[in-house]
Amino acid sequence: MKCQEEIVVYMHEYLDDEISAEQEKELREHLQQCPDCQTHFHELKRTIALVQSSSHIQAPSDFTASVMVRLPKEKKKVGMQRWLRHHPLLTAASLFIVLMTGSLLSSWNDDPHLSVSKQPNLVIENDTVIVPAGEVVKGDVVVKNGNLKIDGQVEGSVTVINGENYQASAGHVTGEIEEVNELFDWMWYHIKNTAEEVMNIFGETETVKTQ
Amino acid sequence: METIVKKRIKQVIKGDQDAYAEVVEMYKDKVFHVCFRMLGNRHEAEDIAQEAFLRAYVNITSFNIELKFSTWLYRIATNLCIDRIRKKKPDYYLDAEVAGTDGLNMYSQIASDSRLPEEEVQSLELQETIQREISKLPEKYRSVIVLKYIEELSLNEISEILNLPLGTVKTRIHRGREALRNQLRYL
Repeated sequence: MKCQEEIVVYMHEYLDDEISAEQEKELREHLQQCPDCQTHFHELKRTIALVQSSSHIQAPSDFTASVMVRLPKEKKKVGMQRWLRHHPLLTAASLFIVLMTGSLLSSWNDDPHLSVSKQPNLVIENDTVIVPAGEVVKGDVVVKNGNLKIDGQVEGSVTVINGENYQASAGHVTGEIEEVNELFDWMWYHIKNTAEEVMNIFGETETVKTQ
Repeated sequence: METIVKKRIKQVIKGDQDAYAEVVEMYKDKVFHVCFRMLGNRHEAEDIAQEAFLRAYVNITSFNIELKFSTWLYRIATNLCIDRIRKKKPDYYLDAEVAGTDGLNMYSQIASDSRLPEEEVQSLELQETIQREISKLPEKYRSVIVLKYIEELSLNEISEILNLPLGTVKTRIHRGREALRNQLRYL
């Protein structure tokens, strides 16, 4: 029975894949001669097989939900961030709207001074821009924060922002006439203009639209 | 798998609970299985497995992201199981018996419904016997045997999970195997 102890250690090393080639040989040789050790070794292997044969069991189906319920509440900020991540289009759209409104509002409020498009034959009196009788103004006329009085002729569109447009009966405008006084009109006008600029980039023909 | 887990864990550290749900989903079966083999009863196993995930979440900042998440998670789960076994020691066997009859009831119900073939009933009984024998092992042998033969982890991983020297793990596996051999030899 002296053989047992050492050989049993070899058996376990063999089962753990940690036996050296030399000792494995010794173990094999011994097992061939010793029926007791053979039985022992066989029983060990069988035990392992039995333990490993136990079927895989699965966690209950509501396991994850039960864990999640038990977790401490998450911070609001994270929920918000996740929402933004899951709705990229809405996020982009709302960001766009916020920025647009911001910039439009600031340009609506910031500039109370009279400004007018540059045409050499426009006359400015106080806050009124006059297209003198007999004159022909070429191109679009834009007046901001002031009134426009047309006695002559405008070859193009007329836009009056935050002001009024007086037109003498003799006055003549070839393009469209537009008055912008309310905030939303102003925004609409801005968006339309931006869109038109974008269009102009794509189609050269658009640039001569007023002719 | 590990890279996905690490990504999710970084999100969890930022406070994203949905990411943690994914982590739980990935590991729930394994953790539950370890707990079940350690404790020998489904109800307790579910309780402890949930507790393990809860603790992992609360202590996620102390997890070293360079290491394997599963190792860390198993460590939490096995420690909880060992605690539970130690607390329950006096009435443990009584408890195991109750669990055993529970299982029997369940299986006999299945059998009456769908008429399992003889063999399958036998294999279910065999499995219950094996589980009972594993439950009889002292807790220090039980944990190594479960991790080695049911979770099929390497000796190194087991030593990391149980925070024991490799030599101790080997000795315990040897003794655990011998103990199980004695219990299962006449099966």
